[in-house]
Amino acid sequence: SLAKKIKEQKMGNLVEEYFEAHSSSKVLTSDRTLQKLRKRRLNQQTLHDLLKKAPLAYAAEIRDLNQQHESLFSKWMLQLHLGFNIVLYGLGSKRDLLEKFRTSLLQDSVHLVVNGYFPSITVRSILNSITEEVLDHIGTFRSPLDQLEFIIKRFKEDSSLELYVLIHNLDSQMLRGERSQQILAQLSSLPSIYLIASIDHINAPLMWDQAKLSLYNWLWYETTTFSPYVEETSYENSLLVQQSGSLALSSLTHVLHSLTLNARGIFRLLAQHQLEKKDNPSYPGLSFQDFYQQCREAFLVNSDLTLRAQLTEFRDHKLIRTKRGADGVEYLLIPVDDSTLTDFLEKEDEDV
Amino acid sequence: QQIQEDLNKQLLDNLVSFLSRSHSAFQEKTTEWTCRMKFREIPTAALVLGVNVTDHDLTFRGLSDVLQDNITPYIALLEAKDCPGIKNLMQKLMGQLMNCDIDVDSLEDEDCVQVSQNRIRCSMSSLISWYESLTKKTDSETPSKKRNSSSRHWQSPPVVVIFKDMESFTTKVLQDFIIISSQHIHELPLVLIFGIATSPMIIHRLLPHSVSSLLCIELFQSLSCKEHLSTIIDKLLLTSRFPFKLGEKVLQVLINIFLYHDFSVQNFIKGFQLCIVEHFYSQPLSVLCCQPVDVKKRVYSLSHDQCENIRRLSSFRRYVEKQESGKQIALLTSDSFLKEETEKLLEDLHVYHENYVSILRCLHVFTSSLPKYPLGKQIRELHCACLENRVWETEEYESSLQLARMLNKTDLVTMLQQCVEILMSSSGKEFDKTVEKLKEFLTQFQNLEAEASQERDVSVSSQKELQKKTDLYHLQKTLLELKESRRSKKLTKFEMLRFEVVDYIDSLVRKYLVPADDRTLHEIVYFNAATVLRGHLNAAPRTALHTALNNPHWYLKNQALKCDGGGISNKAPDICIVYKLHLECGRLINLVDWLEAFATVVMAAEEPNADAASSDQVDDIIHARFIRAVSELELLGFIKPSKQKTDHVARLTWGGC
Repeated sequence: SLAKKIKEQKMGNLVEEYFEAHSSSKVLTSDRTLQKLRKRRLNQQTLHDLLKKAPLAYAAEIRDLNQQHESLFSKWMLQLHLGFNIVLYGLGSKRDLLEKFRTSLLQDSVHLVVNGYFPSITVRSILNSITEEVLDHIGTFRSPLDQLEFIIKRFKEDSSLELYVLIHNLDSQMLRGERSQQILAQLSSLPSIYLIASIDHINAPLMWDQAKLSLYNWLWYETTTFSPYVEETSYENSLLVQQSGSLALSSLTHVLHSLTLNARGIFRLLAQHQLEKKDNPSYPGLSFQDFYQQCREAFLVNSDLTLRAQLTEFRDHKLIRTKRGADGVEYLLIPVDDSTLTDFLEKEDEDV
Repeated sequence: QQIQEDLNKQLLDNLVSFLSRSHSAFQEKTTEWTCRMKFREIPTAALVLGVNVTDHDLTFRGLSDVLQDNITPYIALLEAKDCPGIKNLMQKLMGQLMNCDIDVDSLEDEDCVQVSQNRIRCSMSSLISWYESLTKKTDSETPSKKRNSSSRHWQSPPVVVIFKDMESFTTKVLQDFIIISSQHIHELPLVLIFGIATSPMIIHRLLPHSVSSLLCIELFQSLSCKEHLSTIIDKLLLTSRFPFKLGEKVLQVLINIFLYHDFSVQNFIKGFQLCIVEHFYSQPLSVLCCQPVDVKKRVYSLSHDQCENIRRLSSFRRYVEKQESGKQIALLTSDSFLKEETEKLLEDLHVYHENYVSILRCLHVFTSSLPKYPLGKQIRELHCACLENRVWETEEYESSLQLARMLNKTDLVTMLQQCVEILMSSSGKEFDKTVEKLKEFLTQFQNLEAEASQERDVSVSSQKELQKKTDLYHLQKTLLELKESRRSKKLTKFEMLRFEVVDYIDSLVRKYLVPADDRTLHEIVYFNAATVLRGHLNAAPRTALHTALNNPHWYLKNQALKCDGGGISNKAPDICIVYKLHLECGRLINLVDWLEAFATVVMAAEEPNADAASSDQVDDIIHARFIRAVSELELLGFIKPSKQKTDHVARLTWGGC
């Protein structure tokens, strides 16, 4: 009962810790930001290059671990054939391990590799690759459910069909939805489809309810590899890496250079105005009327219409954003952070 | 592995047949009820099936088979995941019904097939017209062709729609379907069957009064899953038919998963299957785990290495140590002698199992009626207790024997009779004597009855004597005498006999219920690797991540990683350092501070050999490593970017895990 008591205490602590963490809405952290750090932001490529220079620590030990896991391969094969599916968990990328499994054992059989971490993967593409490449069926389906039904029918009819499916990161953003998991579970429950998948997220098992779990028929294997998630994180839009989704300085200048002089002037005016007001957090942007006035004064436009046309062009290139305020007036904003904007203006000044 | 697959199949078949049998009573009831229904409201059967959703498939399949055979060929099984909207539901329903039709009809008229493909328009009216055409057809056909004798009594067979998982249907779809079908109930005799996992309350929660009043609901209860479990354990583990056995710990793990996690019989079976696979894969001597008929052949085909394996078994070593020296040498050196001995031992083991099971059942008869159930109510608990260690050494056994010594006669007699029955039915040969003995006890008890009546006479007479005496002194004297005699009175014959019986049972237990671990060569048939099983079935990915991040030393056997207490060595992998630093923060983490802390730790580790490179270069590399580690943590779900404050991330876990 001592052990039980300790456990209880631990549980109590856990609960307390939760409330402690979420007790006050006030968060005590310093106000420093990455902006103030004199370091430039790295982009994906330089990051990759830099990491190549850094040696991988404990390579020998990691190799030992991997060898340990590789000795399980034949066991996996047996268990797959007996109707179980295998799921790998643990710290570290399991990509290389699965790849090794594929090259060493699945060379001669039909297999499908799904890169779950790939941001544009969908269940539909998985199903498509099964129907088109494995079953040689040309044709489209109205819904994934229909497609699934077709696949199930084919696999049931033809007992000689066998398919190994390897899914890296079953818990990735794209595949973790309820519907996609349902479809994958149904696929994996087919006796002639052998599924072997890896998960990484700590809450990954939350995806599955009883019904799905029984369809999946998992056997869990802990395969902690400690190898870095190179491929997996390359798609993760990290905060510290320059994000491709937002505007970068290079693209900004590139677009601006292809515009007319007047258009550049208009943008410059807006940018300057925004920088002046950058210390005011409630700055809604420049209202259209004010902006029109200023542009007229600078002889950049001659009518309401030309300005609007110009702004539409900016908007198409995602250079500006319009927002309707509480009073119904249209406000214009440049969705670029201030430092980039400052850099841009400095560069423009140099050019001129 | 061929054997093992056979075994597997054998097991599964057994299970399936058993499960369907256990459902059959329940199905019969439902079927009967379906026959009786009138067509005023929509007749609805609500089956309360319990939370083990995974086992229901089998039930429904059995049910639809039974219905198909007896009542109607028109059955549709609907699942919530196929029916997100009323349109899909109708489509599915039509498809299944028409396919059903074809399945049944295909033997007779092939031209029906063309119906199947045109499910473009799936509305209620087309369904009705289909049904009408069908009934007309069957009407005209019935006199001439009797297909299923019972079902053809019906002019119009009902259409049965089974909703497998009532809880997961959207309310709107369900309501709409019920309202629509209630409109057409006269043309289309529908019967609905709901599979309910929770409680019948859900019907009223899902359906408003206006809709549920259209239904005529009758409730059916299925067997609880615990009963299933006990029967399965009974059929699988407590027989001598299957040579493969589970060790105590493994059984405990399986039962725990069942009772504390999912109540799913299917998962239990899966666990059992996994045990078989593991056993036959990992234990080189598991070839010998087979029916006694095959043992001889297999023992003689053993290779030298396998013989060595036998010698290496710990239970075999114990056995050898007990033998005299000449035999010891023979066992350890001569393969052929070893094989003979092994065969004998395996036979012993088999006999032991047979005896074990029947004695276990006898003991269960005794203990299951005792108050408070010191040894457990179910036979599985008793089984576990017996496997764990010597059962007669436990306190519980002691107390249950004491309770047994206080049993009254009628109970004792019925128990003895039950034991006799069990022993008679068991195939072991050794029980002739036991049965004899028990029967003897029984006759003695019958004799006792006669004696008891005599005894009663005696006591009555003494009491009469008592009434005669009116003298106070004499009365006191006789009373004292009576008291004295009662105290010192020898135990009655019944009590003597009772002690005898209990002692005899005790001796049986001591003789036959020896835990399996003490038997020689038990490793061949018992599977005992509970940790492996738990790892595969009931894994804890979070714990694995936690240990990997907290003590990388656990996995990476490197001296540099070893450190004391809660601290972390600065030579640990980057992600571990980053993780440790993040543990020290509250709900939000400032990236800049985090990065600097990381840089400090890493620089301290690299100080000795980092002079050569320019500091700027090193800085950049550290920055890159930090980025990698942070994005890995993000991928693992420990942090997420936060919009609350610039350049902050939010922690998604709390405390030390």
